[in-house]
Amino acid sequence: MKRINQKGGESAYLRIGEDQTLLCQGVWTLPHVAEVERIVDKVVWPAGRQLTCDGAGITAMDTAGAVLLRRVVSRLEQQGRRVLVQGLRAEVREIFDMAMSNWPGATPAAFTRPSSMAQLTQLVEGRIRHGQQALAFLGESAVALARSLRAPARIRWRALFRSLELDGFNALPITGLLTFLIGVVIAYQGAEQLRKFGTNIFIVDLVGISLLREIAPLIVAIVIAGRSGSAYAAEIGTMKVTEELDAVRTLGISPIDLLVLPRTIALVIALPLLTVYADVLGVFGGMLIASGQLNVSFAEFVARFEEAVALRHFLIGIGKAPFFAMIIALVGCYQGFQIRGGVEDVGRHTTISVVQSIFLVIIFDAICSILLNWWAL
Amino acid sequence: MPLQTQTEPPVIEVSHVSTRFGAAVVHDDVSLAVQRGEVFAIAGGNGCGKSTLLREIIGLLTPSAGSIRLFGVDSRQLEVSDGTAIHRRFGVMFQQGALFSSLTLAENVAVPLHEHAEISPQLIRDIVAVKIRMVGLPPDSAGKYPSELSGGMRRRAALARAIVMDPELLFLDEPTAGLDPIIAAGFDELVLQLKGLWGLTVVIVTHDLDSLWRISDRVAVLGNGTVLGIGTMQELWASNDLRIHEYFHGPRGRAAEAQHGKKL
Repeated sequence: MKRINQKGGESAYLRIGEDQTLLCQGVWTLPHVAEVERIVDKVVWPAGRQLTCDGAGITAMDTAGAVLLRRVVSRLEQQGRRVLVQGLRAEVREIFDMAMSNWPGATPAAFTRPSSMAQLTQLVEGRIRHGQQALAFLGESAVALARSLRAPARIRWRALFRSLELDGFNALPITGLLTFLIGVVIAYQGAEQLRKFGTNIFIVDLVGISLLREIAPLIVAIVIAGRSGSAYAAEIGTMKVTEELDAVRTLGISPIDLLVLPRTIALVIALPLLTVYADVLGVFGGMLIASGQLNVSFAEFVARFEEAVALRHFLIGIGKAPFFAMIIALVGCYQGFQIRGGVEDVGRHTTISVVQSIFLVIIFDAICSILLNWWAL
Repeated sequence: MPLQTQTEPPVIEVSHVSTRFGAAVVHDDVSLAVQRGEVFAIAGGNGCGKSTLLREIIGLLTPSAGSIRLFGVDSRQLEVSDGTAIHRRFGVMFQQGALFSSLTLAENVAVPLHEHAEISPQLIRDIVAVKIRMVGLPPDSAGKYPSELSGGMRRRAALARAIVMDPELLFLDEPTAGLDPIIAAGFDELVLQLKGLWGLTVVIVTHDLDSLWRISDRVAVLGNGTVLGIGTMQELWASNDLRIHEYFHGPRGRAAEAQHGKKL
C-alpha cells in the first residue's frame, strides 16, 4: 500500500460495525477507492432487510467515491434490502446527491451481435454499394472528362501543371534511382547464369526486354501510387473533413473538375514520360554491370540492343503507363471522396488507396500479359 | 469574491510573461494570479493572445520570457514525465472538443481514468455514466463516435472528459462559442454547480458576455499584448480605460449588463 505511505496515512475503508451498520470511513477519493472496492468484493453483508450505512466517518469524497458508495447501495438493493445512508457531512452529502441524481437508470441493453447470416448480408450489401459508388464515380469522371475535352478552356490548367510538377517532375530522382538499381540487380542475377553458358551477350536481351516491357512501367506505377495516389486520397479527404469540398460545391464548381481531372490528366501525361526515363536509367544500370561483370562493352551492348530488343517491347511498356496512371489517380481520388467524418478515416482510406491501386495495377498488367501472349506480341 | 486566505499561494501565477512568434509580439509583460476556488475569465478581442496564454499555462507552449507556475510548479516542467502528478489535478476542454476520433464517447471520457486510476472497469463505467449524465448527454449517446455527434454534444463530451477525474482546476477554451443559448446557459450552470460541489477553480477563455456576467468572479481583459485590467465585472464595467469600456459597452455588452448586472 504505497499510496497510504505517500498520502501520510490517508485511506478509505468500509466495515461492518457491531450493531450491523455499514461504517464508511476515510477519504473516499479516486486514489483510495480501489481499496474500498477490494473490501466490497470480500465483505460478508449482515442479514436483515433494513440496513443503515453510517457515512459520518467519510472526511472527503469525490465523484468516484460517491459512485462507489452508490454501487454498494444498489448492489444491496438488488438483493431486496433497503439501505439508509445517513450521517454524511454536508459537503459529502452534496457530492453523493449529485451522483444519485445522475445515476444512470437502466443500463442500456447489452450489445447483441447480429447473426452470421445477417453479417454476411451486410457484407455483401456493403460491397455492392461500394461497387455502385465506384462505378458512379468513374462515370462522373468520364463525363467530366468528355465535357472538358470539348471545351478545353474548362480544364484547370494551373492545377494540372502544378500536379505535373509535384507528381511527375519531382518524382524523377526516386523513380530514376530505383529503376537504375533494378537494372543493376537484374544484370547481376543474369550475369551469373549467362557466364556458365558463355552467352554473355544475351544480358542485353534479358535486361532490355524485361525492363522495357514489364519492370520499368511497374516500378514507376508502384512508386507513383505510394507517392501521389496516397497524397490524392489524403488531400481530398482532408478537404472533405474541413468542409472545403462543400464550399467548392456551393461556389458552383464541380469538385471533379477542380480536383480529379487535373490530377488524372497530369498523371496520364507524366507516367509514360517517367517510364521512358526509367527505361533509360534501368538499361544504363544493366549496361554498367554487363561491362564490369561480363566484358560486354557499351558499344557491343548498344549494337545488340538495336537488333535484339524489338520496338514493340518499348511501346507495350509505354502503352500500359497511361492506364496505370488512370488507375492510380482515380483510385486515389475516389478513396478521398469516400472519407466520412473523422480524422482516422483519412488514414484508413489513404492506406486503402495505395493497396487498391497497386493491386489493380498488377491485375491490369497480368491481364495485358495474357492478352498479348494470345496475340503473339 | 470567493473566500480565500491571503496566505494561500495562488493556483496559477503568471509573472511577466512575454511571447513572440518571430517578429509578432503576442504578449508583452503579462502578469496575473488565479486564486483557489474562483472562476477566472480571460477576455479580450480576437487575436489578443487569450488562447496562447491558456496554452502556455497548461504547458503546451513555452513563453519567450517570464515564468508561469501551476500549483507552484513551473509549467516548463509539465512536459517531463514527472508532470503527470500535476496533469491529474487539472482538466482541459479544448475549443473544438479534441475528442479522440477512434474512440466512442464513453471511451473518450474514460481515458483519464484508465490512464491514472487503478480502479475496476465496472467502476470506471459507472463514473463515466454519471459524468455523461451530469453534462446533460443522453445515455444512448455513450456508444457513438465523435463523428456521429453534433457540435454541442461533442463539446459536452469534451467537458465530461475534462472533469472525469474531479480535477481541482478546469480550463475551458471558449466553451460556449457556437452553442445554442440553452446549451450555453446549461454550461454556465454546470460550471457553477461544479464550483459549488468540490471548490473547483475554473479558468475560462471566452467572448461570451453573458457567461462573463453570470459565472466569472474575476475577469482579466487582454489587449495590446498586456493585461488592460483585472477585476470583477462591475469593476471593469465602471472602468475608465477606453479599450475596456469599448469592449464591454458595445450594444451586446450593454444588453448583457442589463440582464445580469443588477442581479449581482
